[in-house]
This record gives sequence, C-alpha cells and structure tokens, in this order.
Amino acid sequence: MAEQPTSTDARPERLTSRDPDAFPAITGREEEWRFTPLYRLRGLHDGTATVDGTLSVDGDFETIGPDHPLVGTALTPADRPSAQAMRDFKEGQLVTVEGEVAEPIVLRFKGSGEASYGHVVVDAKPFSKAVVVLDHSGGGTHAGGVELIVGDSADLTLVSVQDWDDDAVHLSAQAARLGRDARFKSVVVTFGGDLVRLAPTVTYAGQGGDAQLLGLAFADAKQHLEHRLFVDHAVPNCRSRVTYKAAAQGTEAHTVWIGDVLIRAGASGTDTYELNRNLLLSDEARADSVPNLEIETGEIAGAGHASATGRFDDNQLFYLQSRGIAADEARRMVVRGFFHEVVRQIGVPALEERLDAAIDRELSATGGAK
Amino acid sequence: MTTLEIRDLHVSVDEKPILSGVDLTIRSGETHAIMGPNGSGKSTLAYSLAGHPKYTVTSGTVTLDGEDVLSMSVDERARAGMFLAMQYPVEVPGVTVSNFLRTAATAVRGEAPTLRHWVKEQKAAMASLDMDPAFATRNVNEGFSGGEKKRHEILQLELLKPRIAILDETDSGLDVDALRVVSEGVNRVRSTGETGTLLITHYTRILRYIEPDFVHVFVGGKIVEEGGKELADELEANGYARFTSGAAV
Repeated sequence: MAEQPTSTDARPERLTSRDPDAFPAITGREEEWRFTPLYRLRGLHDGTATVDGTLSVDGDFETIGPDHPLVGTALTPADRPSAQAMRDFKEGQLVTVEGEVAEPIVLRFKGSGEASYGHVVVDAKPFSKAVVVLDHSGGGTHAGGVELIVGDSADLTLVSVQDWDDDAVHLSAQAARLGRDARFKSVVVTFGGDLVRLAPTVTYAGQGGDAQLLGLAFADAKQHLEHRLFVDHAVPNCRSRVTYKAAAQGTEAHTVWIGDVLIRAGASGTDTYELNRNLLLSDEARADSVPNLEIETGEIAGAGHASATGRFDDNQLFYLQSRGIAADEARRMVVRGFFHEVVRQIGVPALEERLDAAIDRELSATGGAK
Repeated sequence: MTTLEIRDLHVSVDEKPILSGVDLTIRSGETHAIMGPNGSGKSTLAYSLAGHPKYTVTSGTVTLDGEDVLSMSVDERARAGMFLAMQYPVEVPGVTVSNFLRTAATAVRGEAPTLRHWVKEQKAAMASLDMDPAFATRNVNEGFSGGEKKRHEILQLELLKPRIAILDETDSGLDVDALRVVSEGVNRVRSTGETGTLLITHYTRILRYIEPDFVHVFVGGKIVEEGGKELADELEANGYARFTSGAAV
C-alpha cells in the first residue's frame, strides 16, 4: 500500500510516497524546487549521491532501522530525497517520552564530512510533556526525516538547531502528527550550512490540536536557507500559529520561506495565522516569501497570513546612534530586536541566550559593523 | 562652559539647497528659540547638526568648543554632548525602553551605570515626567501616543544631560497638560546651567512655559532677524507675514 502514490484533491501537486522512484525526476522548474539550487544538493535530489556515512549522535535514545513499526506514522515523504532517506537510513533514533520530563532531552548530531541518511522518531505518549532538542553541527551532506508523534493531550516542544559548518548540506522533513487536544511547538533555528532545506509539516489526528511553529534563520554570503511549511487542517477545531523571521546579508545570501496552510472541508472551527518577516541587511541579499492559504470551508474561527520583506531601516540606526550608541552596537540592537518577537516565544531560556550570542556572532562575522 | 558655533552653514537635500548660510552661537545656560514658518528649513538645521545622512553640508562649519562637529559620526556627536529631541521619534521593534536607555547612558557616560543606581535614576526621571513605570518594558516608540513619544524624548534629555540640546518641534502634538509636563522637564535641565538649548518651534505657545533668552526668526533657510523674547510676542500677534513677503520660501 505504502508504495502507491497518493495525492489530495486540493493539492494535486503534493504527491506523497515512501518509494523514491514514485516521484518524477526533479528538474528545478517544479513549484516546490524552483527556489533551490539543485547543483548544490550533491546528488541528493536524483539518487546519484553516494550515501554511506553517518552522523555521530550523542544522547539518550533507542537505535532503530527503517522497518521499525513507528517509522512512517507521522511522515509520508513528499519528495524524492525524503523518501530515499526514509528507505535507506542505517541508524535512526527513537526517543520515547512518558510522563512529564523536566529537563530538555538533547540529541547532538555531528557531521564529519560524510554523506548520510538519518531518521528520528519522537514518540510522545498521551499526557506526556517534554522539550526535545536536535542539535546539528559539523559538516557533510545529510538528508533525513523527523517524525513527531504527539499523543492525545501530550505537550511536545521540538527544537531543531542547524548550526552547521559552512560546507554542510541538509535536507530534512519534520512531520508532526497531533492527537486529540495535543500541543506541539516547533522551534527551528537555522544559522549554519551551505544549503539547508527544512520542511516542517503538521497534521491533526484528533480535535483540539494546537501547533505553534517558530523559526529563525540568518543567512550570510552564499548561504541558502529554505524553510517550507505545510499545516494540513483536516479535522475540526484545531489551531495553528506560524511565526518565521529571517535575516540575510552578503553576496548570494538567500532565505526562502513557504507557508502552506490547507483548511479542508471537514475542518470547521479551524483557527490559523501565519506570519513571515524578512530583513535584508545588504543590497545583494535576497529573501523569497510565499504564504499560501487554501480554505475549503466557510465554517472557520479565523485564518490569516502576513508576509513582509524589508531592508535595514537607516532611520532606526540614526535614532540609536543619535543617542551615542556606536553603529555596530546599534545594528546589533535592531537585528536582535527584529528576532526578539520569535525568541521570546521559545520558552527555553538556555536557547534564548544562545540565540542572542549567535545573532551577535553572525553580525560580527560578516562585517555587521559596517 | 560649552559653546556651539554654527558658521555660514549651507545644507542640501538631494542636491536641493535648504539652508543658505546659518550663523548661530549657543552657550551653556542659554536658551535660543528658532521660529519660522513650515518649510523654512528649521528641522533641516536640527537634523544636520545631529548628522543625519540624508542631509549634505555643502559649506560652513559647526564646532563644539572648537572641535569639528561635522567630521564626527552621528554617535560621536552624541558622545561629545549633542542631543536632538526629535519631532518624529523612530520605532525600534523588539528593543525595550529600559534596554535602550541604559545602552544610551552607557555610551554617553563612557561606562555602564551600576544596575542599582540606574534603576533608581530611571524610575525617578520617569516619575517626574508622570510616566507609568510599565512604560520601561515597552518597545521603543512602538505604539506610543504623540504625547508618550515626546515624554520619552525629554526623559532621554534628562538622563543623558547633554551639553547642547536641540528640541525639534517638541510642542507639536501635545495637549496642554502634556506640554506643561514636558516643559517642566526641559526647565529642570536648563536650570542646571550646564546645557545650552536650541528650541525649534512653529508656534509661540511653548515659549510661555520655556522662556527663551534669544529669539531667531528663520525664513528661507537662514536667520533673518534676531531679538529677545519680545520678538516672539510680535510673531504671536502678527505671524510671519512681515518676514516672508519678500523671501523665497
């Protein structure tokens, strides 16, 4: 059954399958690939990549293979690399959450330069509560899936940090499936890597699910950081909130944000809002932002989106400088302030501090003191 | 004793000349009012002195105790003791008032005030301007009413204690009560005798609260008449007609 390509009526283009060969060859002209520089994917997109390495992983988990029964519970791949990673990964990680876990559960992934496929399953049992952190660093080429099974009335926060070296390529499909009255918060932080393409998706298995998707990205010269979100409202009375912010500075710095929200005919009482803001810190930087809201029922509680991309506001800089604050410090304040709206919603204090430090580092690394 | 000297200042915006030879000297303890009709270049003078990049100085000099102000960056001017209370203060999303004020005080004073003293100092300054303490947790100028923006500007004036304060249309958009509170703040700074004040205004009403030592009438990008506060009274009675009739404004 799983090999049969399936598609939805509303989105015929969203083909899903666990068989990589079920997907037509990627040309780069498809809507979902048109922003991605395929030549930088090192063959992950067409099956020509030689993938025989692993990421080293630190943390508390159970090792699983592709035939583990939970694999495929929340994620059905929507593109070829994702399907191939799910079929071919050698070692995946299963984190099982039971009860309320006070301290964040951290998995540290470190790339040594090899190419690898990976897979992570977080099985958050009903009524459990936890913060799970996936911390990526090092180099290499990596494609993988992350499945978040959020049980009835469970409360799961997933933090995915992409703090890769400059040469890393990372494709990841991060799919959450929310049970009845489940709460899910996704925090995606992408600062590192040559090319990062993350696809967080949310589906609801029962009523009353509440998903909050937060994202921060900072692209320097030559970095391509792409986040493609899809929230699929198919059951009544669920809620979703998306807030993504990205800054880009330097030659060929490029951020992409796609925010697809589908409210199906049966999803009455849906409440959704998505917001994307992009800040261009230099003339050569580029940001693409495509919000897309499809509504198939009139019986909703609320639905909206907002997207804006702006250049650095010289008047803000002038105002701060006119109070004696030096130009580089003033710039830091403005950029930190820009991200603050997202940072303050994260709710993991250690991460918030780390982010402020990372933002400062990004600004100083690429001549933010201009 | 501080002296700001402006000599034959010419300024253009997008190659269009706006200021055409401004001469003005301001010393500590003095209050100068610059009055002029809309479009006369008053705000251009204010922003040029603060160093806004939109304004190009084409000739002339500005010195602060002999130091060349025009060669300083915007933040260097502030640290040298210049302050501009803006007519349209800028929103800075995500930056709280308290963070902003402490960062500015640290920059201008050259060292960070100890947290304990700072909290007290900021609280006292806000109280004297009838500002709710919760104001400190809001983002700079974001969602502020006109009156809140002006109070916030004068709060900075009181905390940063500049040697030269330029107040650009501080009275605009204020009701009578707010005008009184803001004026009292300015007067507290003036009464120290350590700040020279340049008050830029279209209307005479703020001069009822802040009494100037000198009044300058500004028309067509320069000062066309100077006098004491009786000149302001004449403007109140007769308007700018006597000065604008022959001038290209």
